[in-house]
Amino acid sequence: MNQQPASITLPVPVRRRTALTALHAIPWAVALGVYALFPGYEPLATQMFVMILFALSLDLLVGYAGIVTLGHAGLFGTGAYTAGILAAHGFNDPIATALCGMGAAALVGLLFGSCMLRTKGLALLMLSMASAFLLYELANKATGWTGGDDGLQGISFGPVLGLFEFDFRGRTAFFYTLGVLFLAFLFVRTLINSPFGWSLRGIRENDRRMGAIGCPIYQRRLTAYVIAAALAGLAGALQAQATQFVALHVLSFELSGDVLVMLILGGSGHLYGAFLGVPLFMFAQDLLAKQDPTNWQLGQGIILIGMVLFAPGGMMGIGRRLMAAVRRRARP
Amino acid sequence: MLTTTVTILFFGIAYGMVLYLISVGLSVTMGLMGFINLAHGVFAMLGGYATVTLMNQFGLPFFLSLAIACLLVTVAGFVLERTLYCRLYGRSELDQVLFSIGLIFASMALVRMAWGPLAQPVQLPAYLKGQTTIGPYELPSYRLALVVFGAAVISGLWLTFERTLFGARIRAAVDNGAMAQAIGINTNRLFALTFGLGTGLAALGGGLGADILAIVPAYPLQHIVYFMIVVAVGGLGSIRGPFIAALAIGLADTACQYLVPEMGAVFVFALVFALLLWRPNGIISRR
Repeated sequence: MNQQPASITLPVPVRRRTALTALHAIPWAVALGVYALFPGYEPLATQMFVMILFALSLDLLVGYAGIVTLGHAGLFGTGAYTAGILAAHGFNDPIATALCGMGAAALVGLLFGSCMLRTKGLALLMLSMASAFLLYELANKATGWTGGDDGLQGISFGPVLGLFEFDFRGRTAFFYTLGVLFLAFLFVRTLINSPFGWSLRGIRENDRRMGAIGCPIYQRRLTAYVIAAALAGLAGALQAQATQFVALHVLSFELSGDVLVMLILGGSGHLYGAFLGVPLFMFAQDLLAKQDPTNWQLGQGIILIGMVLFAPGGMMGIGRRLMAAVRRRARP
Repeated sequence: MLTTTVTILFFGIAYGMVLYLISVGLSVTMGLMGFINLAHGVFAMLGGYATVTLMNQFGLPFFLSLAIACLLVTVAGFVLERTLYCRLYGRSELDQVLFSIGLIFASMALVRMAWGPLAQPVQLPAYLKGQTTIGPYELPSYRLALVVFGAAVISGLWLTFERTLFGARIRAAVDNGAMAQAIGINTNRLFALTFGLGTGLAALGGGLGADILAIVPAYPLQHIVYFMIVVAVGGLGSIRGPFIAALAIGLADTACQYLVPEMGAVFVFALVFALLLWRPNGIISRR
């Protein structure tokens, strides 16, 4: 972990962070446990890893940089379509296409980000939304490239690293996405604990003051946006590779909303919010949508309203308050 | 060529009027309370469902159903403001966005449970069905009525906003809420009244425009981007700005669909990008 910049009020003491190191292994142990104990669930777990990566990239924006976006699916979809279109034209090495997806999403992020980050509040929110709608319309109309409404079908990817073929049971996809998620997670963790990460938090808390002490706010926010875009694009590319299919849904407003809900359900600005929120969201979806998808929609709405009113901070927030209560009771 | 131009102008203006009716309340309430309410389309949808149900189930005439629907939704909006929305004033942008997305999901699900997934058919009265001849042009009566009705509502709104004490209070509260409160304006009551009025107008737009924007459960999500665009481009807390924005968006969208259908709405979103970069606070902003 990087050195903390000299600061008087670090929100989390460095000592306690190291004391909790063992806890950091939990999500990865659970992931491997799923593989060992529940054979047949690899595709579902793969889907979760992809969404966790996607939500993690959003956390960088919403939780750390304080940029609320309603168009994050635009970047996810850019990555997915880039990988998919390359594969459809015969270039199907997974790692190379994933990198291309990342690069394309980063470029799109740079293009839109450099426009929309000049604005604030409602205008920013609207531009983020409009950017995703714009990409959706483009993909919808460019049927020659994207297959339009039917989606990009019949794409296939070569073996990972030239060694591991994507198999029917989804074991390769499972380990491939888990590995990429792990690397991305390490990267994001390093990033947010670097001086750059702390300057993002500073901008989130008070951008005027950060400007006054000489922090280039626009550049920092744009850098964060491009990095988040690249990670979202990577998640999109992984999704295309794991499912061998790209549909218009990857660019939709619904997906932008869903990933935001997943992140908030877990808790934003915590790194692990995505790891809690995504499985919770997917299990709840599975449970409620079994009889009727409408039930899930109603449940999702009620959960969101209830959470905003009664449990701000999501699951991580609830956990934190519980820990604080336990600690208070332990002390006489 | 001339006929195409007139058709685009006419259909664009009619669509713009519907967009304006639905969004103007949102602009004023957002200007007043600074609340990012993505769920405004819900009230337009409810207005549409109420109108259609009153007509089909109870056999009431179109305009009477519209009035009753408008009243019902106004009350619903008033109650929601007092019970839920008012708890979230001053909370973060993210909380308000999440809350209103939650409200959209819940309302979509409830409406689907009550009315089913299919679009609700609107039986327009006979006098709105045919064509009306004006000069050399044959124009559909329904859209003509929309334009006339919309123009009347806008005039009424403008008079209320600029010429009455209620309007003056709203303008004062938009410009400086704390100051308005300090000189004895009951801003809480003002908020609730304005919110009710705004939702009522949305219901009117939803009911009146039911033939243009079909009444389906996905309504608030399908059109959300257009409602929000009108407000963001038009400028918060104004009634003139959203009018210009709604007409511009209505015309641009209609023109795109007629002239370059293969590009879809791409131009509209590009236009929005350009406008918001040029004036981030909207064309006309009181804030």
